[in-house]
Amino acid sequence: MLARRVIPCLDVHDGQVTRGIQFGRAEAGELRNVGDPVALAVRYNEQGADEMVFFDITASAHGRHSMIEVIERTADCCFMPLTVGGGIRTVEDMGQMLRAGADKVSINSSAVSDPGLIQAGAAKYGSQCIVVSIDAKRTAPDTWEVFVAGGRKSTGLRAEVWAQRAVALGAGEIVLNSINADGTKQGFDLEITRRVSESVGVPVVASGGAGSLEHMAEVLLAGRADAVLAASIFHFGTYTVRQVKEHLRQQGIPVRLDV
Amino acid sequence: MIALLDYDSGNIRSVEKALRFSGADVVRTRSAADLKNARGIVLPGVGAFDDCLQAMQRQDLDGAVKEWIGQGRPFLGICVGYQALFERSEEFNSCARGLGILGGPVVRFQPTAEEPHLKIPQIGWNQIELQREDCPLFQGLPSGSWFYFVHSFFPCPTDPSVIATRTTYGQSFASSVWRGNVFATQFHPEKSQANGLRLLKNFVDLVAAA
Repeated sequence: MLARRVIPCLDVHDGQVTRGIQFGRAEAGELRNVGDPVALAVRYNEQGADEMVFFDITASAHGRHSMIEVIERTADCCFMPLTVGGGIRTVEDMGQMLRAGADKVSINSSAVSDPGLIQAGAAKYGSQCIVVSIDAKRTAPDTWEVFVAGGRKSTGLRAEVWAQRAVALGAGEIVLNSINADGTKQGFDLEITRRVSESVGVPVVASGGAGSLEHMAEVLLAGRADAVLAASIFHFGTYTVRQVKEHLRQQGIPVRLDV
Repeated sequence: MIALLDYDSGNIRSVEKALRFSGADVVRTRSAADLKNARGIVLPGVGAFDDCLQAMQRQDLDGAVKEWIGQGRPFLGICVGYQALFERSEEFNSCARGLGILGGPVVRFQPTAEEPHLKIPQIGWNQIELQREDCPLFQGLPSGSWFYFVHSFFPCPTDPSVIATRTTYGQSFASSVWRGNVFATQFHPEKSQANGLRLLKNFVDLVAAA
């Protein structure tokens, strides 16, 4: 049976892993430095992480260049799935990351401004390596809207509708990040995660809000997510990947533990 | 020396690194002429079936692989490099012919009565059930071992005796095959941590012994 995945996310700024306190603040310089991305990747690899996501929060040409080096160094010693996001705007940007050792590339704002990028990437590299990441914010009791540019800019798109469109264009996976929940450690937004997961036929990764072991289990069960992504709880040593998986197994969720 | 067939497949660097880590002397090979010093071939692959076969045809690697396998020499195909061994794919708009070394089509996952909401592609870690306990590629890798999968399609071998392992995702499918010195896996050993490295080491050892 396919295991549900537990995925540490590394926000990389100038070759270092950082963590913003709340959504969008990282870009404003409110960062806590967490360390060397490759050293962290090795640690999570040993803890049995199912995959690793590297996110370039500078989203600049310079940032992309240092990210290529981070991916290469990680792929040299961690024989596990790697996903890269942030600042990927062209099919050639995707190709650079994949050749460096990434298995999937994640696009967010650039997919909204140029949906053809999803199609072009999927045609060239296959849907299985094109991830569309969605930052969703609850703007009314029954409405979650897609925001871009690090959560600063509204798009008027409903999260479920955009997710369906992205999949129709060729996205092979959706990362759903709740802007309201991100950084709060109060739990994932179960409602929008479940809505998106039920409206698309591809795997959905839940992101934003992980603070406890119970949060991880509930977003996989009630939220119907296929994987959970978290940063702070791993970086600051609150839990190891293994502790999360042991808890999930106790809840009857299939996980890979014998690593 | 193991020839890693280079037709611009996205995962070539990862496969190369993992083979080296497993003790192999690896050379990237773009043409059939470069195969003369090789003792084993690895065909990597991600993405589309047609892209893989058309690129191989452009570089005249398709005939070379058929000849190599016909001579009974060691071969390992990974993911699309596994699917390429078959006759044809049901992938959307596919028109390329497979290598036809094994009989059967490459088909897409379908939701089932038990799992009507099956997510496609299958992305993540799944387990193998050994069908051929004597398969040297899986030495030290018992049933239940986890490997990393990322795919929407999988081959259906017409000859069930070539199936080395099966895996269940909505339905049971052939997650690897073995016939003589031909080995191929739907999962990615280069991304499957210790289990994947063990499998590649098994291949490197059998190439050395061949």
